[in-house]
Amino acid sequence: MSDARAHYLNAGHSMRSWLLTKDHKRIALLYLASVTALFFVGGSAAVMFRLQLLTPHGHLVLPETYNKLFTLHGIVMVFFFLVPAVPTVLGNFLIPLMIGAKDLAFPRINLLSWYLFIAGAALALGATLYGGVDTGWTFYTPYSSVFSNTYVVATVMGIFVAGFSSILTGLNFIVTIHKMRAPGLRWFRLPLFVWAIYATSFMFVLATPVLAMALLLVGLERVLHLGIFNPALGGDPLLFQHFFWFYSHPAVYIMVLPAMGVISELIPCFSRRRLFGYEFVVMATFGIAFLGFLVWGHHMFVSGQSAFAGLVFSFLSFVVAVPSAIKVFNWTATLYKGRIRFHTPMLYALGFIGLFTIGGLTGLFLATLGVDVHVHDTYFVIAHFHYIMVGGSVMAYLGGIHYWWPKISGKMYPDALGRWAAVLIFVGFNLTFFPQFIVGYLGMPRRFYMYPPEFQVYNVFSTAGASILALGYLLPLGYLLWSFWYGPDAGDNPWGASGLEWKTSSPPPVRNFETKPVVDEEPYDYEGGRYG
Amino acid sequence: MRFVPPLASVIGSQVDGLFWFLCGLSAFFAALIAGTILFFCIRYREGADADRSHPPPRNLPLELTWIAIPFAIMLGVYWRGAQLFLRERKPPPDAQQVLVVAKQWMWKTQQSNGRAEINELHVPLGRPTKLLMTSQDVIHSFFVPAFRLKQDVLPDRYTTLWFTPTRVGEFRFFCSQYCGMGHASMIGRVVVMRPKDFEKWLASGRTPGAPQEQDPGRILFRRKGCVACHRKVDGQGPPLEGIFGKTVLLSDGRTIVADEDYLLESILYPAAKIVAGYPNIMPSYKGQLTPEEESQLVSYLERYGTGRQKEPRP
Repeated sequence: MSDARAHYLNAGHSMRSWLLTKDHKRIALLYLASVTALFFVGGSAAVMFRLQLLTPHGHLVLPETYNKLFTLHGIVMVFFFLVPAVPTVLGNFLIPLMIGAKDLAFPRINLLSWYLFIAGAALALGATLYGGVDTGWTFYTPYSSVFSNTYVVATVMGIFVAGFSSILTGLNFIVTIHKMRAPGLRWFRLPLFVWAIYATSFMFVLATPVLAMALLLVGLERVLHLGIFNPALGGDPLLFQHFFWFYSHPAVYIMVLPAMGVISELIPCFSRRRLFGYEFVVMATFGIAFLGFLVWGHHMFVSGQSAFAGLVFSFLSFVVAVPSAIKVFNWTATLYKGRIRFHTPMLYALGFIGLFTIGGLTGLFLATLGVDVHVHDTYFVIAHFHYIMVGGSVMAYLGGIHYWWPKISGKMYPDALGRWAAVLIFVGFNLTFFPQFIVGYLGMPRRFYMYPPEFQVYNVFSTAGASILALGYLLPLGYLLWSFWYGPDAGDNPWGASGLEWKTSSPPPVRNFETKPVVDEEPYDYEGGRYG
Repeated sequence: MRFVPPLASVIGSQVDGLFWFLCGLSAFFAALIAGTILFFCIRYREGADADRSHPPPRNLPLELTWIAIPFAIMLGVYWRGAQLFLRERKPPPDAQQVLVVAKQWMWKTQQSNGRAEINELHVPLGRPTKLLMTSQDVIHSFFVPAFRLKQDVLPDRYTTLWFTPTRVGEFRFFCSQYCGMGHASMIGRVVVMRPKDFEKWLASGRTPGAPQEQDPGRILFRRKGCVACHRKVDGQGPPLEGIFGKTVLLSDGRTIVADEDYLLESILYPAAKIVAGYPNIMPSYKGQLTPEEESQLVSYLERYGTGRQKEPRP
């Protein structure tokens, strides 16, 4: 940060200038630091229980510790990493830049969202330090509301508070995208990333309150012994599952839609092509966002819900697979007649397509009623959703971080090292999670701190893969931090990319653009393009 | 190294069939997509001399094709999956019944002659068996990989699972719904026996010299005086022979299918649903029966008047 030009990073160096900032770019960096720290907290828990599962007898930690570890992993990764990561880091940084605005519509509320997020995380992690919670991230009743002797209330309150961060962030994005687009930036000129964040914001606003309410009711039942979910008091335990999945299934799409938005930026840039079937990809985004609200019951095929509900939810789950397939096909077709370069972000994007495809296809097994009855609550499910959330969302998040890092930091990281890390993550990921499909079909249930010996060989593969994966995740942490201070200057547009965010300097000035941009071109205007 | 679990039920081989079909389908589409990406990546890499003229921005027929074809295939898979599911949900009327009670962290199973086991379940080969399951605390799930079946087990509610074993042997069952500290130790075994051996095993559980009548539900039905009002003719309450699965007309004009949950509700809260033509005079049995006795009584009512209430059959 030695250059004389003023930009958002050198606009102030005091703690106060960061902690009270209203600049969306600085808030994005606050989120980046927070979710990265939380990712490694959740990851450490995973390392611990993968080591435990190396042997069938479970000698490393006590059963109750094991249960707290996988609960911690799930809660942190879902509520405090996967849900917020892409929207709050990349979304916060990029939405105003991509639409040519100087900030989000409500900068103060944006800062409030971060504080709510931190307060929620502090509550949830504080509960962990006090002794933890052992209900699983799903908080199924009546175990969570009556039987568990752990810190359930503090944890659910943490998630409750963090939920308001999601809701406010969603509102902020919706208003910003509606009201603050640059002249000429019509709806169908928006980059897919903006569309994806826009659709995700609606899910934030519509789904999160249901989770907040459900968790509040769990807290009330624990503290005041109201009979809501506990059958001994006249409650209905299945009601909780309906409430919970009414949020948590859309949450899967909250985690994956922004990731798809990232991929829709990376593929055109490194193919020098307009995104194939732009309109179809936009429509598919909204198809997913809408249908995502109608499939929650597919988590409950064997729960005791009626057979008729099972039939309906199974059918709708097949329908929601269609828009996801549309996206994969359109990304693939974008490569056709392209001019493809394999920089680090592109490797993540290609890896994403492969892993997301496997995740999506194995999702069909789970949507199929007769097969789900066997694989439900086994490692098959674990493998499936990690292919979507880690193979999909985390790969896309890392791809996006690598793609926009020169814009965020103004610096370039060593691309060769980045490519190696991407390959390492891809290999480690598959070694970790592919064997879990097999051990799941063999019948190994999830959340077992010990298991029959016939499952061991697959668990050894998984643990070996997890150690490679852990190394793969540490590498970018190292070289990105290094490049932030010591990396070579990246220039304003190192990828020769289209899009408004590349038309301002790197790092961008505090007000984003020196002169208000006017848009007179279609998105992804790469035709005949060479690299910069 | 095993890739699929042992197979020991009729439905299991149908599930496996659909599973392998899905594997083939997935492998085909994954290879198609990966192959296409790989081909494009090599052909159109920067520096490669390829025809890049007139790249298409969109192609409507192509989009419609890759919407329609996968969707059509998926409809087929959906249909087959639904078929199996409905089969799994519909026990044959002649299935022999076993009561399963789950609690943290053990399984108790009880044959209809009263013979009970912990973390074990003996069943005859080739005959359909129906489990009537309930939990005494949190939600559990009864999972037999070799049968390719599982069903959550809920407190204060009944769920069922049925199967026809096809292989003699011992097969593991698990609790597959997380239920707290001892979740991983809620493991047991299903022992599938030849029918003759099974009858012998069943009879061997009876203490010598004990009265002939061992069905705990039947004993309760008499001892609690149910039979006084629920007589076949001229009773003060509706007759209960063959009640299970029948559609009952209620006094408010609604109808309800008499399933396990309805039977239990009518024992505990008789006033909740009054059968048309009968007075609301039955006292509540809430608190008069242990949860286990409740289950035994419901299990008995399910078999009452169907010719199956006296197990074992010859």
